[in-house]
Amino acid sequence: MANIQVNGQERTFEGDPSMPLMWYLRDELGLTGTKFGCGVALCGACTVHINGDAVRACAIQMSDVAGKKVVTIEGLDPNGRHPVQVAWRDLGVPQCGYCQAGQIMNAAALLAKTPAPTDTEIDAAMAGNLCRCGCYQRIHAAVRAASKGA
Amino acid sequence: MTYHDRSTELIINNVSRRGILKGIAAAGGLVLAAQIPGIRAALAYPTGAEEMPNGVRTDPHIFLSIAKDGTVTIVAARAEMGTGAARTTLPMIIADELDANWERVRIVQGEGDEKKYGNQDTDGSRSVRHWIQPLRQCGASARWMLEQAAAKRWNVNVSEVEAVYHELVHQPTGRKLGYGDVAEEAAALPTPRADQIRLKDPSAFRYMGKGNVPVVDLFDITTGRAVYGQDVMRPGMKFAVVARSPVVGGTIVSYDASAALKVPGVEKVVKIDPTPAPAKFNPLAGVAVIAKSTFAALKGRDALQIVWDDGLNKSYDSVAYKAKLDEANKSPGKVERNVGDPDKALGSAAKVITREYYVPHLAHAAMEPPAATAQLTNGKLEVWSSLQSPGGAREDIAKRLGMDVADVTVHNVLLGGGFGRKSKCDYAIEAALLAKETGGAPVKVAWTREDDIRHGFYHTVTADRFEAGLDANNKVVTWRHRSSAPSILSTFAPDPKHPFFIELGLGLVDAPFDIPNLRIESGEAEAHTRIGWFRSVNNVAHAFSIQSFVAEMAHELGRDPKDFLLELIGPARIVDLSKQVTTPYWNNGEPIESYPIDTGRLRHVIEVAAERSEWGRRMPRGRGLGIAAHRSFVTYVATVVEVEVDAKGRLSIQRIDTAIDCGYAVNPERIRSQIEGAAVMGLTLARYGEITHKNGRVEQSNFNDFQLIRIDEAPTETRVHIVEHGIDVPSSGVGEPGVPPLAPALCNAIFAATGKRIRRLPIGDQLST
Repeated sequence: MANIQVNGQERTFEGDPSMPLMWYLRDELGLTGTKFGCGVALCGACTVHINGDAVRACAIQMSDVAGKKVVTIEGLDPNGRHPVQVAWRDLGVPQCGYCQAGQIMNAAALLAKTPAPTDTEIDAAMAGNLCRCGCYQRIHAAVRAASKGA
Repeated sequence: MTYHDRSTELIINNVSRRGILKGIAAAGGLVLAAQIPGIRAALAYPTGAEEMPNGVRTDPHIFLSIAKDGTVTIVAARAEMGTGAARTTLPMIIADELDANWERVRIVQGEGDEKKYGNQDTDGSRSVRHWIQPLRQCGASARWMLEQAAAKRWNVNVSEVEAVYHELVHQPTGRKLGYGDVAEEAAALPTPRADQIRLKDPSAFRYMGKGNVPVVDLFDITTGRAVYGQDVMRPGMKFAVVARSPVVGGTIVSYDASAALKVPGVEKVVKIDPTPAPAKFNPLAGVAVIAKSTFAALKGRDALQIVWDDGLNKSYDSVAYKAKLDEANKSPGKVERNVGDPDKALGSAAKVITREYYVPHLAHAAMEPPAATAQLTNGKLEVWSSLQSPGGAREDIAKRLGMDVADVTVHNVLLGGGFGRKSKCDYAIEAALLAKETGGAPVKVAWTREDDIRHGFYHTVTADRFEAGLDANNKVVTWRHRSSAPSILSTFAPDPKHPFFIELGLGLVDAPFDIPNLRIESGEAEAHTRIGWFRSVNNVAHAFSIQSFVAEMAHELGRDPKDFLLELIGPARIVDLSKQVTTPYWNNGEPIESYPIDTGRLRHVIEVAAERSEWGRRMPRGRGLGIAAHRSFVTYVATVVEVEVDAKGRLSIQRIDTAIDCGYAVNPERIRSQIEGAAVMGLTLARYGEITHKNGRVEQSNFNDFQLIRIDEAPTETRVHIVEHGIDVPSSGVGEPGVPPLAPALCNAIFAATGKRIRRLPIGDQLST
C-alpha cells in the first residue's frame, strides 16, 4: 500500500508496487495528460513533478513515490495559466501536441529552479523531451518567453 | 429553386429522424446534416479532389450548424495530426466565407463516414488543396441562406442585406440581426445553386491568408485535456497489448498462455490470425493479452510462450538487400522515361560521372504509438482511435469482421502525429477483433514504442545510381538514373517489384532538367516487409540522390552549386512529360493544367532561398552552405542549410532558409510551423534514420537505437520564406514538401564545410571516421 498526493489530493494505492506511476495516473486515475511515449524514459512525454522535480512517470514505480507529492499537467495551474502554458499558446508551439504536456512540465520545473536560464541551459534541460513534429524552435522560444530573462 | 427546396427538406427530415445529428446539434436553430444532390461546386480551377474516393462535399448542411445563441458549429471531417489543417485551417475557410466571428465558432470531429463527408483520407498533403474551393462554397452558401432569412424577416429585398461578422445588416436602415436570430428560418431555406453564390473578394478575408487564428486545440493541448487514441477511456474498459510475429508473413505454430494467465489482472489471451499477402492493413499474426490494466497486459505479454513460423521473409537482411539493389542498378532496368538516346550519348561523352546513393527504411515513430479502443454491443461496433483515414478504416474494419459498414461507427480523436503510419488501421482492426472477446466491454489496444518501431509499414529502401555524360565543353548532354526500391503496392496487391504510377510520380520521373538525352529506369526489387507511406514518401530518397548528384557534378566542374542547379533546370518553362514517360504521369493526382511542372516557380524558390540565406558569403573553416530544391505535392521548395562540423565530426546547424511556393497560402502561420518541423524531421532522417532487418526481424526497438533529433541538436533557426500569390494560384501541398530538400541540402553543406561527401543515409558516424 502506498499513500501519495496527486494534484493536491491524497490517494491510496493498493495494487502492484512495481507498476510505473505513469500507468497508475493514466489507467487508474484517468489523468491522461501524462502521455505514454516510450516507456523507458527516453522521450519525456510522461514528465510529471514529484516534490517539484521533473520526473519521467514511466520510469518510477509506485513503491518509489509513496509519501510524495505528484503534480501532473492537469494540476500545474487550476486555470491552465501557468506562464509556461501561456507562452506555449502565445507562440503557437504545438503541432500534434502529444509531447507538449511533458515539454511544459519539464520547462516549468526548469524555470522554477532556474528562472533565467541561458540558451545552453534551456537546450540541456529540454533535451530529454522528444518532439517528432519538430517544434523545437518554438519550444526554445517559449521557454525563453516564460523565463525571467525574456 | 423548387426542386432544391423539396429535396432539401426531404433529406433533412429523414436525417433528423435518424438522429444522425446527435453529435453536432446545438439546442435549436439551424441544424442540417445532409448533402443536397445535384449541386456541384463552382470551381475556379479543377483539382484531383473529385477523383478521390467519395470526392468532396460543398453543402453547408453537412459541415455547419448555427445555434440560436449564434454559436457556429463546424464539423471537422478529416484527421487532425498536427498540421492544423483538419480542425483549424479548413473550418477557418468556412468561417471566413460565412463571415463568422471565430470566437463564436466551435469545432466538432466528424465520424468516419465518407458517403456523408466526402474523402477523409488525410494524406498526400491534400487537405487544403482539395478543400479550399468546396469549403469556400460551403461557407458562402450558408451566408446566402442567412441573408435570405433576414430579408424575409424584414420583408426587404435580399440585395439590401449583408452578412457582416456574425450579424445581418439591413444596409438602408442599419437594422441588425444576429446569425442565431435567423438560424431557424435559414434552416427552412434551400441551399443556393452554385450560380447564386457570391464568394468573398480576397480583400474581405478575415482569416484566410492572415495566419491570425490559433490552432483550435491549443488550450486543451497545453492543459493535458486533449484526447488522443492512447488516451481514450470508456466505462468498464479492458486493456490489451499484442505480441506480434517478428517477421512479416509469419504465423503462430503454437503458444502457451498459462503463465500469462497467472499474472494478476490478466483476463484472457486471444490469437489474432494473419492475412496472407497482400494483407493491406490487416494485422500481423499475434497473441493478444486482455487485462484490467495496461501494466498487467504488458506483464502478461512478457510471460507468453509463442512458437512462430517466420515464413517467407525470414531471411530478409538489410546488408544483403542493399547489395542486391546496387546490383540491380548496374544493368538496364524498366524504362520509365526517355528523352533522346542516353545510352549512345553516354558512349560518346567526353566524360562520364557516376555516383550511387542509398536511403534505408524509416519508421514513422509518431510520438503517440498507435492505439485503438473498440466495443461491440448488440451487433454494433464502436471504435475510438487516431486514424488518418477514418472512413477507410471503417470499411476495412467492417470487411475484416464481416459486418455491414452501417453497423460500424468510427470516432476519430486527435492523432499524436501520423506521418503516414496512421493511414494504416491495423491497430484499429486488432481492437475490433478483440472487442468480440470481451463480452461487450470496451477494449483498448495500446501499442508500445517497441511495437511501433518493430511492426511498422516502413518507408521503402532505395538505391539510386546516376551516370551523367559531359561533352568537351563540360556541358551535361546525357543523364541516366536507375532506381531500385520495393513498392508500396506490395502491401495492396501482388508485388509488382517495380514502382507503380504513384511512386513514379513521387520525384522519380519528374526530374525537371533541361538535358537532351535523359533516361530514368527502375530495377527489380521485391518487398520483404510491409512498405508504407512515410511523410513525403519516395521524394525523400530521390530528392536526396538527385540533389546530391547535381552538387557533386557542380564540384567536378568547379561550378557554384546553385548556379549549376539553375543551369540544369534550364529556362522558365512548363515541362511536358506526356511524350517521355512510359506510364502516364501522375502529378500527385492533380490535373496538369491546374498544377503544371513550372520550372519558373522552381527557379524562383531557389533564387529566394539563395538570396535570403546570403548564398555565396564567405564561411569560416568548418562551416558550409548547401542548397537543394524539389517539387513535390505540387509545391516548390528550396532549402539552404548552414552547417558547422567540428574536428570530431560533430554537426551543428546554425540556420536553415526554406523558400516555399505552395500557391495561395491559406494559413501562413501553420505553413511556417510545418516547414520548421519538416526541417527537424529531415534532419532526423539524414542523421539517424534507419530501420534495418536481420533474419527478417527489425533490429531497432525504441528511441535509444532509432534516434530522433533532440532540441540541443535542432537547427538554431529555421527561416521560412513563403512566396506570395493571390487566390487565383491554386493552393498546393504543405505537410510534406518541406522534408525532401533538407537531407541533400545538409549533405551538400557538409561537403562545403569538410569535403566529405555523404552518399548513404543516415550520416550516422560517417563524419567521425
